[in-house]
Amino acid sequence: MLTLSHFLILGAILFAISVVGIFLNRKNLIVLLMTIELMLLSVNMNFVAISHYKGNADGQLFVFFILAVAASEAAVGLAILVTLFRNLKSIHVDDLDHLKG
Amino acid sequence: MNFTDFVFFVLAAILIIAALRVITARNPVHAVLNLILALFSAGGIWILLEAEFLAMVLVMVYIGAVMVLFLFVVMMLDIDQDRLRQGFWRYLPLGVVMGFIIVLELGLVLSNRYFLEMPVAPAPDISNTRLLGALLASEYVYPFELAAVVLLVALVGAVVLTFRGRKNGHHGDPAAQIRVRAADRLRIVQMPVEKDEPAEPQKEEQGAC
Repeated sequence: MLTLSHFLILGAILFAISVVGIFLNRKNLIVLLMTIELMLLSVNMNFVAISHYKGNADGQLFVFFILAVAASEAAVGLAILVTLFRNLKSIHVDDLDHLKG
Repeated sequence: MNFTDFVFFVLAAILIIAALRVITARNPVHAVLNLILALFSAGGIWILLEAEFLAMVLVMVYIGAVMVLFLFVVMMLDIDQDRLRQGFWRYLPLGVVMGFIIVLELGLVLSNRYFLEMPVAPAPDISNTRLLGALLASEYVYPFELAAVVLLVALVGAVVLTFRGRKNGHHGDPAAQIRVRAADRLRIVQMPVEKDEPAEPQKEEQGAC
């Protein structure tokens, strides 16, 4: 019998994986963007599960809006990444020290 | 264990393995492909939760548009992979310990009786898409418009960031046209008044254009 805990713990595991991913890949901007997508997915999982068990569709609408914001975030992030690569020929985080005095 | 549980555990296992591969893959293209697999499995779990519309949106918008965009960008960039994995092994033990602690803490919190014994609410007798559509067009119409504006701003922002101007286009720079002053375009030249009897041919001044 599936309970709400199953889905919430699955979301927690996904969230932990993405936090560790940010930890491990902190030099690689594109993997950082991907782990942010994973993190948003875990949040969406919680929203959908609670919405299903509570019988309230508002949670699913929040997922809808989160998807819209995540899509725009990915588009702008990738555009910044492309511009960065064009100027620096690298996406290594250590190369982004132009604001350092 | 009935069939629904079996499907859930299979999808959850695929989802977790794919998520682990996303953060450990050596090649960014493999990471994107594993992320696509993870999102697809998540869509399957959402169908188990009777959120068909969102599962559909996840597959069509997320996998179909956003992930393909990721794939394009990853394939476009020529990335030095070894340098980008600097510090991976150094931070792995600490990261794994922290991840376990997060899962443990959240697991303890989320496995209490309140969540374990919450019954599933009776499903509404209209389809999920119709339910969401009705809410979106009535109660959430203002956030919906706002989401549209956010998407528009992101679209314009992405174009502005990556646009480099048309090659050999016949367009001027409006900012430069506004900033221009009369002194940049016009040169006033002093000329002596013409005399009646020129002694010798006068040197002609170059006029301004």
